[in-house]
Amino acid sequence: MKFSEHWLRTWVNPELNSEALAHLLTMSGLEVEEVESAAPAFDNVFVAEVLSTTKHPDADRLNVCSVNVGEAEPLQIVCGAPNVKPGLKVPCARIGANLPGDFKIKRAKVRGVESFGMLCSGDELGIPDGVDGLLVLPADAPVGTPLRDYLNLDDQLFTIKLTPNRADCLSIKGVAREVAALTGAVVNAGATPPVPPQADDRRGIHLAAGSACPRYVGRVIRNVNQAAPTPDWMKQRLVRAGLRPISAIVDVTNYVLLELGQPLHAFDHGKLQGDITVRFAREGERITLLNDKEIALDSDMLVIADDSGPVALAGIMGGAHSAVEAGATDVFLESAYFAPEAIAGRARRLGFSSDASHRFERGVDFGESRDAIERATRLILDLCGGEPGPVVEAVEPLPARPPVSLRVSRVARVLGVALPEAHIVSILERLGLVVAADGDTLTVTPPSYRFDIQIEEDLIEEIARVYGYDNIPVGTSIARTPMLPQPGNARPKAALKHLLVARDYQEAVNYAFVEEQWEADFAGNGQPVKLLNPIASQMSVMRSTLFGGLVNSLKHNINRKQDRVRLFEMARVFHGKGAEQQPEKIAALAWGPREAEQWGIGRERVDFFDVKADIAALLAPRVASFERADHPALHPGRAATVLLDGQPIGVLGELHPKWVQAYELIHAPVLFELDVAALTKVDKARVEAVSKFQPVRRDLALIVDEARPAAEVQAVLQQAAASFVTEIALFDVYRGKGVAEEKKSLAFKVLMQDTHKTLTDEEVDAAVAKLIRQAEAAGATLRV
Amino acid sequence: MVANVQSILDEGIAALNATSDPVELENAKARYTGKEGAITALLKQLATLPPEEKKTFGATVNQAKQAFEAALAARREALAAEKLARQLAAEALDVTLPARGRGTGSLHPVTLVQQRIEALFRSVGFEVADGPEIETDFHNFEALNMPKDHPARAMQDTFYVEGGEVLRTHTSPIQVRYMLDHQPPIKIVAPGRVYRVDSDATHSPMFHQMEGLWVEEGVSFADLKSVVTDWLRNFFEDETLQVRFRPSFFPFTEPSAEVDVLGQRGWLEIGGCGMVHPNVLRNVNIDPERYTGFAFGFGLDRFAMLYYGVNDLRLFFENDLSFLGQFK
Repeated sequence: MKFSEHWLRTWVNPELNSEALAHLLTMSGLEVEEVESAAPAFDNVFVAEVLSTTKHPDADRLNVCSVNVGEAEPLQIVCGAPNVKPGLKVPCARIGANLPGDFKIKRAKVRGVESFGMLCSGDELGIPDGVDGLLVLPADAPVGTPLRDYLNLDDQLFTIKLTPNRADCLSIKGVAREVAALTGAVVNAGATPPVPPQADDRRGIHLAAGSACPRYVGRVIRNVNQAAPTPDWMKQRLVRAGLRPISAIVDVTNYVLLELGQPLHAFDHGKLQGDITVRFAREGERITLLNDKEIALDSDMLVIADDSGPVALAGIMGGAHSAVEAGATDVFLESAYFAPEAIAGRARRLGFSSDASHRFERGVDFGESRDAIERATRLILDLCGGEPGPVVEAVEPLPARPPVSLRVSRVARVLGVALPEAHIVSILERLGLVVAADGDTLTVTPPSYRFDIQIEEDLIEEIARVYGYDNIPVGTSIARTPMLPQPGNARPKAALKHLLVARDYQEAVNYAFVEEQWEADFAGNGQPVKLLNPIASQMSVMRSTLFGGLVNSLKHNINRKQDRVRLFEMARVFHGKGAEQQPEKIAALAWGPREAEQWGIGRERVDFFDVKADIAALLAPRVASFERADHPALHPGRAATVLLDGQPIGVLGELHPKWVQAYELIHAPVLFELDVAALTKVDKARVEAVSKFQPVRRDLALIVDEARPAAEVQAVLQQAAASFVTEIALFDVYRGKGVAEEKKSLAFKVLMQDTHKTLTDEEVDAAVAKLIRQAEAAGATLRV
Repeated sequence: MVANVQSILDEGIAALNATSDPVELENAKARYTGKEGAITALLKQLATLPPEEKKTFGATVNQAKQAFEAALAARREALAAEKLARQLAAEALDVTLPARGRGTGSLHPVTLVQQRIEALFRSVGFEVADGPEIETDFHNFEALNMPKDHPARAMQDTFYVEGGEVLRTHTSPIQVRYMLDHQPPIKIVAPGRVYRVDSDATHSPMFHQMEGLWVEEGVSFADLKSVVTDWLRNFFEDETLQVRFRPSFFPFTEPSAEVDVLGQRGWLEIGGCGMVHPNVLRNVNIDPERYTGFAFGFGLDRFAMLYYGVNDLRLFFENDLSFLGQFK
């Protein structure tokens, strides 16, 4: 909420400067976001009258003016503004004036003619008025008055960011009340004396939804002069609150809204048919609003209806049909209380918000309805004339303000500081709450405008903020601090990230919402979780794989001329909406040379097996197995399922060539994606005795079909291994001379060692022979 | 004759010293102490001499032979030393050449800041908790005292998924889940990705928050002030950092506060906090009469921006290597 400080000070005027007042409000919960001057600094500018103008002898566009600045002698001033003419009241900067932009007015000759000052435009004074030329002042502006005083330019505009619970401060009156409570200053203004009716015109009011609208006050005013101008003081206050003056009637309703916080609505009395009924909308009803939107009404929308149907969306916006337009002479004023539950969310659903809905959603003071209509009547009569009818009020039971119990001891417990009861009572009473004491417990009754005080904590918050959060001491907690458990079989997620960083990967963060196409391309997912309100079409579904983001980041970096990219990301993916369908994954992408370009190392591209080593490192000491796999994102011959204890935990592979082409990646990256849950469990190391006896190594080269997976051969050997075989490892794959086409030779080293004795040649030979036998039984031949 | 011995010895030592490798040295040695060598010849000559001459001349020749062998050993050593020196010289490296092999990557700046903050809180007994990102209305709003149509819901523009679930708008639902599963004492921090319909230089539709929660008997607003102040001063490594708490409103805390720190350009809003609202405790089956607690939440991205002096939030989500590579 934005308002003029001067306006506020007509209500309450504490002995604080603007800055101190802003600080006080901020520190008590009414955050002052901005304090800006009504105009930038300037001086020596006065209201002046142009007495006469004559053409400059040497310049067509200039006029030599005689200007009255309130002194005996007029000043000669050369002026180039197109709108200068005799009789005009304009601002005049006199010699010695300082204008915004570090502009000093000096005695000068303009094309040979002396000029003793400058007539100013709004722009030149930093108060733009949209006019090309001089700022034209009202004809009755007193010549010689400093312009700053005349236009009230030393005013400060406060912008307060109000939290949703403090709707009571959405008005000058509300802020004034708050300032009074905080400073002890007195609020000057009181209620408007009732304006007696001068006519008998009235309109019947029926409340058909009593709890949604328990109070509705209406009044007819006949024969108003709508064309009457809005006075400058009112326009100024509206403009400084960020509102555009429109017409006297609308301006008055807006003015009262700002002043008292009560939204008002003015109907064209002549366009209403019969009595007013406040009710919920009926099936199929429609209304065209003041903003020219035609909407279909829902049955939970409260409307003001006449005999013809809905004429306004209650508490949100009036209807176009009954709007007060030029030519209307009779108005029907509405000042009502609509319950927050009956208004909240409706405007949002319709895609807009209004000053009225903003207030009613949060709570408007139901004690203010009558005063607001009297205030508006008074202003309309003063501005536009007219004859008011009687105030007609329909009322149902109003919201209760049940008293709230407050334990003095609980205040100390929650805040950590023991405040004396008298201090607490004084704070509450300054806030306008009624307090009755009974031992440790106070019974506190909030006023009608406080919608936010319902429980003890609400009161404790009031006490804390008025006492001052700054004054609450920093605590010395009595609570114990137990050590945190560190399970020996858990690997922190951070350790996984650190490991990949140590292996030259860069951590990436990608959006969780992606293009629908990515889900099809990289996950074969035709049914991704869809957002109902995506921010853009390329962010419309939740990802079920991290591949899309990594490929996209690769593309981004290729476009920036990177020749080597290694990225990883750890994040949740979304297979569904349940908590268990949102597992965390860790995925990585490697593209380009194996190592960064450097001396002494080749430029071979990173391949499947390089990245496989990264997976092994992530899992160690656990060992995964790999099976050829089909995966929509990956090359069908270069993709594997990663299995741990026989359970799939992820995939590894080269990006499918069709995506390499489609995403313009030059060549294929290698990618993997693993379940984080599978990586955060580790086996505690089991230590075995270190053998004192020499190990024996034998090598076996086995020729098998090209298509035969190495792991299968290894498994055969492993099964046939004697108890003293400590390791069987593949160390070479050979194709070529000596090995038939469609065959390959796999070389294994076999390490044997006993913990109790030296192995004999016979034992070793027998063990090796068994390995060979089993391998041959499984289709391999020994290469000799 | 003795003079002759001396001259043979001088010649021999000169010959040894003139050699430049072990082969030449052995050849030179042979020329003097070999079978046909000059010194060997002198020894042979000894047998032909009369006994009185034999004694004195024998002593002279033996001395000469010992001197020659000493010179030989010295020359061997010298040649070996020269050889080693040459070898070492030949093996010398340009130690200024760059290191070779695999480099290292780096963590994302948001992760770095997150890990730093987690470590600070772990040191005073806060555990790290986590939760899903597609959340139910209950966990994200209802349980946090934000019933449907509550105006506070408008403070957080929400992404909805088909079926009515939401992308969590804050990390607070982690609190709810944790409290449903645990009874006090509860001390957690909960980092994570959160989502709001907003996008510009200072807002990203996905960003990171961290939530803190301490629920236990006797925890007060004063404790909240001390924990948050202590954390901020340690995070920014500034013992005199000015921290202020300003009344605010969140549906899930009461009293509520915004936390500001005093920066070079004035007060900077850094997060929100407050005493856990009794309705929230009731919603998760914790007795608010017995237990009190505080919660706080803040944007990790904002902290990373402040900590590293990054001005544009969008850089955090572009994954440009020339940006990410700066956080080694």
